[in-house]
Amino acid sequence: MARKEYSFYPGCSSERLTSASNYMVSVEAMCKKLDVQLNEIPDWNCCGASIGYAEGGELPRHVMNARNLAISEQVNKGQDVVATCAACWLGARETKDRLAHDSDLLAETNEALREAGMNLQYKGEQEVRHMVEVLIEDLGYDELKKPVVKSLEGIKFAGYVGCQTNRPFGIVGESFENPKYLDKLVEIVGGEPVEKYDQKVTCCGGALAFSEPEKSQAQIKKIIESAYDHGAEMIVTPCPVCQMNVEVYQGQINKRYGTKFNMPVTYYSQLMAVAYGGSAKDAGLDGQIIRARKLEEIAAKGVR
Amino acid sequence: MGDINRAMAEQYRNDFLKEVEANVEEGQWVKMCMQCGVCSGSCPLGPAWEHPPQEIFMMIRAGRRDEVLKSESMWMCTSCYNCIVRCPRELPITHIMHGLANYAHRLGLAPKMNPTRRFAKKFWNNLAKSGRVNEIELSVGLYFMDGFKTGIARAWAMKDIGIGMLKAKRLNPFGFLTHKGCKDKKGIHKMLKKAREIEDRRKGFTA
Repeated sequence: MARKEYSFYPGCSSERLTSASNYMVSVEAMCKKLDVQLNEIPDWNCCGASIGYAEGGELPRHVMNARNLAISEQVNKGQDVVATCAACWLGARETKDRLAHDSDLLAETNEALREAGMNLQYKGEQEVRHMVEVLIEDLGYDELKKPVVKSLEGIKFAGYVGCQTNRPFGIVGESFENPKYLDKLVEIVGGEPVEKYDQKVTCCGGALAFSEPEKSQAQIKKIIESAYDHGAEMIVTPCPVCQMNVEVYQGQINKRYGTKFNMPVTYYSQLMAVAYGGSAKDAGLDGQIIRARKLEEIAAKGVR
Repeated sequence: MGDINRAMAEQYRNDFLKEVEANVEEGQWVKMCMQCGVCSGSCPLGPAWEHPPQEIFMMIRAGRRDEVLKSESMWMCTSCYNCIVRCPRELPITHIMHGLANYAHRLGLAPKMNPTRRFAKKFWNNLAKSGRVNEIELSVGLYFMDGFKTGIARAWAMKDIGIGMLKAKRLNPFGFLTHKGCKDKKGIHKMLKKAREIEDRRKGFTA
């Protein structure tokens, strides 16, 4: 049996051939080394994400999240629910909070849930947590350090925490304005965190990168520029939307602003997968649009 | 939609605050705003709001119903939750802005061509169809929502990103055909229909 087991909510962007499939690959490699078992919630559905509210309204959104949680209660009994995606985590946890404090909404939710298959009822038995919370709170930094066989020495990382893994819930013990956990994770794997990175909690525009590209790209420009200004060679983030927005629009930003950005944007789990001895492929580094060459080089080296 | 709007306006007469409290997600918090302006100053897209959140709160209390509900302002929310964590009175501002946008949209008062409103609608319909987001259908649908010609131009402008995503195996070129979604699609459709019915009844959208 694995050291820890969780009820896993992967989310839409983690599926094969989707925008964060490389995140998922690296999470699998990381969890294997940490002896953490993820039991996928069968037939999970979308959380509604941060933009679903406009058409979805209130109850339909909560019902979507409650369906996942109710299936989890039924199938993965006694386990905490863990999400890797910031929006999935936020959506599911928001629903849990709201239903815990509003018995009318809870009754309505269960009324709607009965229409779905599997004879579901949401009880609110399980905690809803982000993967980063699990790593830090259940395993702890010391345990996370143990499987490290390769140091990411010499790489400077700007730890871009972004919004939704940080607000409104965040990681216990961390501040909203200057959370330190990502920098600590970088240190554990031997990398150098850029301490004075001043855009670590700046919003990348989220879903508005699609609908208001100019406004979002102005945000993204700040995030990348500050990373360069402080000597970072790579950005690292815990959020799939942050990763995608900050990585893929660099070409358009260069055209718009005359900049020469070419900054790799990685996930914390990719750093850990490489440091734990995984190959570039194990770490999903072949999924980068802007290649993280320095990480690839370390991944290609043999373990001492 | 026009009828619902008229019915609501009539029911609540000059008391827009009461209407918001009854029908907008977390609307019962609006009266707690003390007009400090921290939310407006904390919003990443602050300058893009015609009326920043603090102003919206005051306008609700002043009964400026049309100006609030027809505004583009709430549609500038990126869901960054900065306003929520900084509000000294801990108002769930992000949710209230989402709630106002949703209410305006349901009443048919939200700006028709607002890009975020249109994207949000497409996004929800996309995920509700199979239970999970179909990314290629969503993005291509977004480019072509104003017709074929503008669609081609938009897709062309995005081609480098698209090619990058394809090469990195982060986009499924055959997703139109192969996207599976949830197994219990039927159940999800029924569940969502029911949820919408309940919510509409509670908020007075249906008799």
